[in-house]
Amino acid sequence: MNEKLAFSQVDFAYGERNILSSFDLVVNKGDFVSVIGPSGIGKSTLFQLAAGLLQPRAGEMRIDGVSTKERLGKIGYMPQSDALMPWRTVVENAALPLEIQGCPKKEAQRRVRDELPRYGLSEWADAYPHELSGGMKQRVSFLRALLFGSDIMLLDEPFSALDGITRLELQEWLLQMWRETGSTMILITHDMDEAILLANRVILLAGAPITAPVEREVPIPYPRSTSSRNLPAFLNLREEIWGLLRQASGSRVQEGVAHG
Amino acid sequence: MDKGKRGLWFATSLIVFLAVWETVCRLLAIPSFILPPPSSVLQALWELREALFGVHLWATLQEVLIGLSISIVFGSLLAYAMNRSRIVERIVYPYIVISQTIPIIALSPVFILWFGYDISGKIAVTVLFTFFPIVVNTYDGLRGTDREMIRLLQTMGATPWQIFTKLQLPSSLPTFFSGLKVAATYSVSGATIGEWLGASEGLGYFGRRASGNFQAPALFASILLLSLLGMLLFWFAGYIGQRYMPHAPVSKKIKK
Repeated sequence: MNEKLAFSQVDFAYGERNILSSFDLVVNKGDFVSVIGPSGIGKSTLFQLAAGLLQPRAGEMRIDGVSTKERLGKIGYMPQSDALMPWRTVVENAALPLEIQGCPKKEAQRRVRDELPRYGLSEWADAYPHELSGGMKQRVSFLRALLFGSDIMLLDEPFSALDGITRLELQEWLLQMWRETGSTMILITHDMDEAILLANRVILLAGAPITAPVEREVPIPYPRSTSSRNLPAFLNLREEIWGLLRQASGSRVQEGVAHG
Repeated sequence: MDKGKRGLWFATSLIVFLAVWETVCRLLAIPSFILPPPSSVLQALWELREALFGVHLWATLQEVLIGLSISIVFGSLLAYAMNRSRIVERIVYPYIVISQTIPIIALSPVFILWFGYDISGKIAVTVLFTFFPIVVNTYDGLRGTDREMIRLLQTMGATPWQIFTKLQLPSSLPTFFSGLKVAATYSVSGATIGEWLGASEGLGYFGRRASGNFQAPALFASILLLSLLGMLLFWFAGYIGQRYMPHAPVSKKIKK
């Protein structure tokens, strides 16, 4: 079986507000999936369900084909803000998941130090987060999520707070990390270009509640780079997704008018 | 402005202030029992050094340190319990808010009544003054922990105890230390008031007796020592804070 993470007939609501209704989604091993949709539609809820912070009202969630309620500690999560502890150095921050798993501090930090060169962070091993640039903080945050040891990672708008140039650099860097680790990646983003450039599959969320997500394969072979954005296939897909997104937000506006 | 320059300005203004004080006292021939010139305060400090340093400073220091320690231990424990249990929080928090509004000086005689005229009475008053700043600040720090960070640790499979030791405790340290700084200065006031209400030693007792005897230079000498004690404790609380929070970007900003 090639399935890594699956939502099957999942219902979820905050009180009266339905977010997901009979929602199905399958992410395969080694996939890079982008999730895109209007803000406030429930993208972060999807992640919190996947990570096990929330439980569905109905339906089941499967990891590696096994239905489980205990997903905490099984899925790597990289939150929207870098969420680094200001009182810990780069090494100490990245070593956190290992410490939580019961690895002795020294051993944990030694393993982190071995990894730092790949992330261009060796010189910053003993720096505190406030001394780092935004891009470096995100790389530490990514390393921390990766050291967690899970082969599936949830990335919640990791680059949204970065400047344009740093964002491009980190997108290429993330593609390279994905190739090297072979992990399954699920990325939430607001940025259509980012969604298409990184993923082999783009998932569009629309509707309240969300029922059937719209999926599009990205017909561009890897390795990709920033210049892949100029390929006709990229531009066509971008145009199509833009149309779908506009439709989605348009119907939401109409609903709002009807309800108001 | 860098630190050295700031210090230089302070030293200069202090010398000018003392010089003006001294001059005014001499020129206007102000009676020493109303306002003694700095020189006679220093003289009193020197002449009474054995009583001041050997007996009274020591007595006050003991009350302050014991009282402050009790507040730190029990204040932090209470803050922890409030953070841990909603029921404790619901019961205790209103009283803490109320306690901020009542004049604690008015409560001090009650504590002397309960704990007696020996050192335990003064310690009790010191605890009364220092307990709440520590509870309030520690609790605010524990409660103010970043929600997203807690969620992140949960996704890593952290136990509640791990979340407490690795996240909530360290993230509450900055507010704990600002509470400790406030408590450090309050502790000297608490001990002084405890001594006013009935004591046979201590700088507060000494100052009050000097005041009764119109010995203004001796009174000012005791005030000087009490102020220095407060400053020293304040500085020390800040120093420990810096030691334990080497990242402390906030305090670095203030220095600049």
